[in-house]
Amino acid sequence: MSPALELIDVVKQYEGTPPVRALDDVSVRIDQGELLAVVGPSGSGKSTMLNVMGTLDRPSSGAVMIDGREVSAMPERRLSAVRAQHIGFVFQQFFLLEGLTALDNVANGLLYNGVPRRLRRQRAAEALATVGLDHRLDHIPSKLSGGERQRVAIARAIVNKPTIVLADEPTGNLDTASSTNVMELLRSLNASGSTIVVITHDRDLADALPRQVMFRDGKIEHDKARSR
Amino acid sequence: MSALKPSKLRAADVVLEGAGGLSTRKTRTALSALGIMLGIAAMVGVLGLSESSQADLTRKIEALGTNLLTVSPGQGFGGGDGVLPESAVGSIGRIGPVERTADVIALDASVLRNDVMNQNETSGLSAVAADLDLLNTLNGSVATGVWLDEATGQTSNVVLGSVSAERLGIISVTDGIQLYIGGQWFTVIGILESFPLAADLDRAVIMGKDAAVEAFGIEPNPSVVYVRTNAQFVDEVRSVLPATADPANPEEVQASRPSELLETQDAIEDSFTNLFLGLGAVSLLVGGVGIANVMVIAVIERRAEIGLRRALGATQSHIGRQFLTESLLLSALGGVGGVAIGAAATWAYARTQGWEVVVPLFAVVGGIGAALVIGALAGLYPATRAARLAPTEALRAS
Repeated sequence: MSPALELIDVVKQYEGTPPVRALDDVSVRIDQGELLAVVGPSGSGKSTMLNVMGTLDRPSSGAVMIDGREVSAMPERRLSAVRAQHIGFVFQQFFLLEGLTALDNVANGLLYNGVPRRLRRQRAAEALATVGLDHRLDHIPSKLSGGERQRVAIARAIVNKPTIVLADEPTGNLDTASSTNVMELLRSLNASGSTIVVITHDRDLADALPRQVMFRDGKIEHDKARSR
Repeated sequence: MSALKPSKLRAADVVLEGAGGLSTRKTRTALSALGIMLGIAAMVGVLGLSESSQADLTRKIEALGTNLLTVSPGQGFGGGDGVLPESAVGSIGRIGPVERTADVIALDASVLRNDVMNQNETSGLSAVAADLDLLNTLNGSVATGVWLDEATGQTSNVVLGSVSAERLGIISVTDGIQLYIGGQWFTVIGILESFPLAADLDRAVIMGKDAAVEAFGIEPNPSVVYVRTNAQFVDEVRSVLPATADPANPEEVQASRPSELLETQDAIEDSFTNLFLGLGAVSLLVGGVGIANVMVIAVIERRAEIGLRRALGATQSHIGRQFLTESLLLSALGGVGGVAIGAAATWAYARTQGWEVVVPLFAVVGGIGAALVIGALAGLYPATRAARLAPTEALRAS
């Protein structure tokens, strides 16, 4: 299978005295249909990893391939297009717009793809059905529970059928029951074909996923499939 | 690997997103639009009022006619006796384009309410003798009572100018009020409306020339001759008037055109209009600074939203456009509101003045246009800041 995302010898160095190597010669290959955890303590470089994988930041050196396309040297405009079409983000803080209904928040996942509004809403309704929230279309975020908000955010991330979903501490703001619920949702999305990377500091959560890429001090400490 | 289509934000969506940003912060939107609104309202109001009052003045000038000329003795040497030759009226009447003339003779007689008052308490009123054609020549009208005619003009009757009536406290002529003028009794038979082009007559007590000759034995030398000419030859007539009125001393005769005074008044009002427009422009500018301020705050507050939008695929220019659109919508709101308030104020004030309401189109278009320009300028810097915000930084901010 061809890789959905691949980092080759990626270095990310923040200038300063002394310079900080947040990513130190990192190579990792993520195939389509995978579900994996990028795990490590805070300061290990996993947030930088998320930014570089998500094209929000550029590596200092090395290559980032997304869907077979080298993106690290692309101009800003093209990077925006890569994000619009290939990447779905899920954030710890949900980042839902308070003035909008769940439906319109999800529809915003298609806003920068030039999809007309009616079609955006139609596909948003489908995505909300996929995450089990088809009864919450017209609710604004403050009327939803934390777990529901994260499911709305996940629906927004998958509404454009991205090559890869990057979930940054998706359960970080949730109670145990909601966390379990969200992880089950991610697993079921993966089962139906989505490629998903969960960035987390939570070893237990990572251990429950099929593959873990463990970071320490900007390097991959180990990359292993779950021991069965 | 499928082809990478560029990120695209539809034009309709730019407006929707901009409006969305404003509608979630209603109070702030209303307050910052208010600044622009007041500036535009001031400018539209000033322009509207100026145009309305000008329209009224123009209407007045047209009603009175720009073809009225007055001939009076000048202030030069030898003009000291303050009268024109007796032949002046006849000579002027023979100038081709002259349609109508009427002369007024100032009388050296004090106007008193009764015969026990002090001779000097004349309330600044003057007695004059007038041609019976005066009212027609000046397009004047009677407020109450009647104007002098062949019969009443020969006997002891007077008609009061509007100010005279007011100062003498006379509002009705039905009970035959008498005035003591130059030692003789005269009956008030009418009160005139004001003469905007001959304010002197408003302060006059007017009797017929025959009556004046009878009562005071005056010389029939006119003090002022009012001349109504064909409108096409006003300047030509004016230029020949001095020599015609007093061929011996034309340099001592002054021929003037009263409507020019109203035009001067108009020009003075114009300069006030410019002053107020300047003040309106300043408040507009202040409103613009307010919008810029609010937009800068919005960009700081909404970093997370900006980061999210970048993550969803917005380009820098999409973000810039969204904030610029918000600023433009905000100022457009102020512009439209301001035009509405300015027009309403014009309407209300013009109505109380009895003016025709004129809200000039250029004020409406200019008002909204100025608001948009201000909005664009005010939004430019915040929009650029929002666009340049690095996505990682924006997302980290929360």
